[in-house]
Amino acid sequence: MMNENPAALLPEIFLALVAVLGLLLGSYLPRHRQWLVRVLSAVACVAGIAVTVTMWSGMDQAVFGESYVIDVATNATRVIVLLATLIVTALAGEVTGWAREAEFHVLVLLAALGTVVLAGAADLMLLAAGYLLASIPLYALAGFAKDKAGTEAALKFYLLGALLGVVTLIGVTLLFGVGGATGYTELRLDEAPPAAVAVGTVAVLAGLLFKIGAVPAHFWVPDVTEGARPVVAAFVTTVPKIGAVVATYRLVAVPLRDAGVDWSLLIAVIAAATMTLGNLAAFFQDNVRRLLAYSTISQVGYLLMAVAVAGRADLALPSVLLYLAAYSITNLGAFAVVCALPSAVTLEDYRGLVRERPWLVVSLVVCLLGLVGTPPTAVFAGKLTVFTAALDGGLLWLVVLGAVNTVASLFYYLRWVVPAVRGEAADASDIRTSAARMAYLLAAASLAGGVLSGVVLPMFDGTLLQ
Amino acid sequence: MNVLSIVVFLPVAAAVALLLFPRMSDSAVRWTWITVTAVDFLLVLGLWIASPPGDGFAYEVDLRWIPSVDSGYHIGVDGLSMPLVALTAGLFLACAVYSARETRRVRSFAALFLFLQTVCLGLFVSLDLILFFVFFDLSIVGMYFVIAGWGHRDAARAALQFFLYTFLGSLALLLGFIGLYLAAAPHTFDIVELTRQNPLAGKGVTGALILLALGVGLAIKTPTVPFHTWLPPAHTEAPAAGSAILAGVLLKMGTYGFVRIVMPVLPGVWRQYALVFVIVGVVSVIYGALVALAQRDFKRMIAYTSVNHMGYVVLAVGAAGLVASSESQARHLAITGAVTQMVSHGLITGALFLLAGAMWDRGGTYDMDSYGGLAAQAPRFAGLTGLAAFASLGLPGFSGFIAEFQIFTGSLGGAPVATALAFLGILITAALFLRVLQQVLLGSQRSPSGKFGDLTWPEAASIVPLIALSVLIGLFPRPLLDAIEPAARTVSAIFGG
Repeated sequence: MMNENPAALLPEIFLALVAVLGLLLGSYLPRHRQWLVRVLSAVACVAGIAVTVTMWSGMDQAVFGESYVIDVATNATRVIVLLATLIVTALAGEVTGWAREAEFHVLVLLAALGTVVLAGAADLMLLAAGYLLASIPLYALAGFAKDKAGTEAALKFYLLGALLGVVTLIGVTLLFGVGGATGYTELRLDEAPPAAVAVGTVAVLAGLLFKIGAVPAHFWVPDVTEGARPVVAAFVTTVPKIGAVVATYRLVAVPLRDAGVDWSLLIAVIAAATMTLGNLAAFFQDNVRRLLAYSTISQVGYLLMAVAVAGRADLALPSVLLYLAAYSITNLGAFAVVCALPSAVTLEDYRGLVRERPWLVVSLVVCLLGLVGTPPTAVFAGKLTVFTAALDGGLLWLVVLGAVNTVASLFYYLRWVVPAVRGEAADASDIRTSAARMAYLLAAASLAGGVLSGVVLPMFDGTLLQ
Repeated sequence: MNVLSIVVFLPVAAAVALLLFPRMSDSAVRWTWITVTAVDFLLVLGLWIASPPGDGFAYEVDLRWIPSVDSGYHIGVDGLSMPLVALTAGLFLACAVYSARETRRVRSFAALFLFLQTVCLGLFVSLDLILFFVFFDLSIVGMYFVIAGWGHRDAARAALQFFLYTFLGSLALLLGFIGLYLAAAPHTFDIVELTRQNPLAGKGVTGALILLALGVGLAIKTPTVPFHTWLPPAHTEAPAAGSAILAGVLLKMGTYGFVRIVMPVLPGVWRQYALVFVIVGVVSVIYGALVALAQRDFKRMIAYTSVNHMGYVVLAVGAAGLVASSESQARHLAITGAVTQMVSHGLITGALFLLAGAMWDRGGTYDMDSYGGLAAQAPRFAGLTGLAAFASLGLPGFSGFIAEFQIFTGSLGGAPVATALAFLGILITAALFLRVLQQVLLGSQRSPSGKFGDLTWPEAASIVPLIALSVLIGLFPRPLLDAIEPAARTVSAIFGG
């Protein structure tokens, strides 16, 4: 039976509608009234969150020819993505009054829609469509300021994205060819030739790893994070991963579950390489945005630990979702500090900041130590559950590597914290008050998230709709 | 709200209040700090007197926190934790009084110490592994900022080393905790429930791996040889009050973890590998004492005597695992001695580090060659240093003697050779402290700044009670031992007999 109930897709519909509406409004509104689109975009996010939360306890369902599933993973992705998009919209004070302000918000909404579609897709074709929808708006966003660094970042981003997008399409074709279908439920990979399945899987993963920013498809992350505007960097390093990680989880846990390929080992090796290379590269960065870029790469490594034990540990799915939520809030908090101080580019620029902006430094310390996984922040709860899931799934070596990497990551986060809390006060730098307030809020949320993880975790409890 | 929770969270509440009222004058901040720590100390004493530790836990609270992984806000005190809670509250009070002359960023300093106090108290009352870990990790963060923010010249480097090294230990500990959680059926992080389950009975390699993770994690914090290298630089660079808390309270977290978690939860594995801990303990005793003997730097020397003293504790808990199950009396004595040693070391080393701070304030160096004949110039300083030194080397009449006597008596049956070797440690510490007294206090007068003023009242008021308590325990140990013994017997009973 075909379930074609559009009401099940309300959050996605809100995003699409407001994106189109915003594009139209943006063409007609004078520059000083374009903030209306920003408000509409925030309304779409809030409405989407409200609808998702009310539908949360409803039955899991597969809609539109079982190509799109709505289960705990999709719902969690919706809420996390919409919340992160809302935060980015609030942080986007710097584009206020720009000629293309409306377009900025439209692109953000479309990219958010794409990442939600990625998470819910239960069909390889829809997965490919979600990939394109989540990627193309970001190329434009990366070069949004039309400056030299942004243009260069956009070009690199686009070239890598286009290449890996084509590889993904090849993978989709291959899996379709040997599996006889594109829908996850009809795909029969257990009887297909393992070599073809393996090649197809790796090819499909190429695009997803690009979106996640995992090794070896991570080269765009530092360039885009440094070259694009800070608020764009905040969005690009946070939101696309959410959908792509869930999509990867769904891919390995549903169609590949009984296939004759050792995807668990593949993901585990990618996780190990990602966290280690991300950390090593972050060690001696002096540019704060580049440092955060490599830190996000290493965070992806921890996230993939739980994906590697998908279906083998009870905590695998809840831990991934909890970590995604915690990471989003904490990473956006760190970027909010960067957005609040537009003229502070290097670590040295933060020297003595504690004298001028004590609460901003406290927020920074909370967010950075949060990214390390220091209790009682939200990422600690995420890391604890991810480590537990991975150990439960028998990946002791990966957990030990994760722990060692956590200690190593502390070193470069402290390279940022130490000058900020020590030294003589630097000249008072200009500050964006709204972004600073958002940093306080997110730091508080990161702390509260850890204390309240007992409430959040049961909400993520559940299984994927098979 | 439960009264024990109030004791734990009162200091951090005061810290938040201090930060929220930035217009408060420095002296108001100091008095608030002293008042809050004094109230907290009195509350702890009240708790102790109102419900003397017996069998089981007093003031127990068990609230759900993360039910999905069965981790809760489970706290309570027994004879193992009550003396350490009291020690913590007392040492923080002493540090608050001692810091009455602190002038650098007083508000942040006070807030940080109040935060650390909550963290330390919280750790000793935790009966849940995750809660324990939260406090364990936060103690590192707090102490890092104390050393980095108020330390001496090379503080940033020493603080970083301290943070990275002990953080590595805490993650090893976390891995061990996760292992315990997964080994238990049903899965749980609750220490009391885990003790009841004994989840690792007969699980060979898994048990050994978990013990390895827990052992490394706690050994780094304690610290024992060969994981002690972070300790001397951290102490040398830390401010006096920071050193007193680091040595007096934070180091106890490691050894407390052994008696609270490792021994009760995995008794079988502990018994199997106890010899390793006995050896580590004895090596720490001897090595710590020998390296301390070679130091010219007063503070570094005290730091190494800490390695020596914590070595006795590790020796005792190791030997308790080796004692034949029929000789429950010896095992019980070793565990009691270990806890007594933790309290005793906290008091004596806390006092010694505060005295070292007084020395730095006057001479600007810890180099012992620069000082001489201080007894004539500063009789109070000299008297207290002498008493603290005698207490530290375990002279009868001080708490250290009670502790070490019990440790040796309890350990002799289980590990005779090791215990005999550990005796040497006492001889060496005696020699090194006598040499210090001779050089620094007696002889011709020398001081880098010319004049060496005697102790001020805040210094004296913070150091005298610590030494007085050590003497009191040395002369009348019964009240303390009565508190520790029932809990020590409970742990001992897990090992049979």
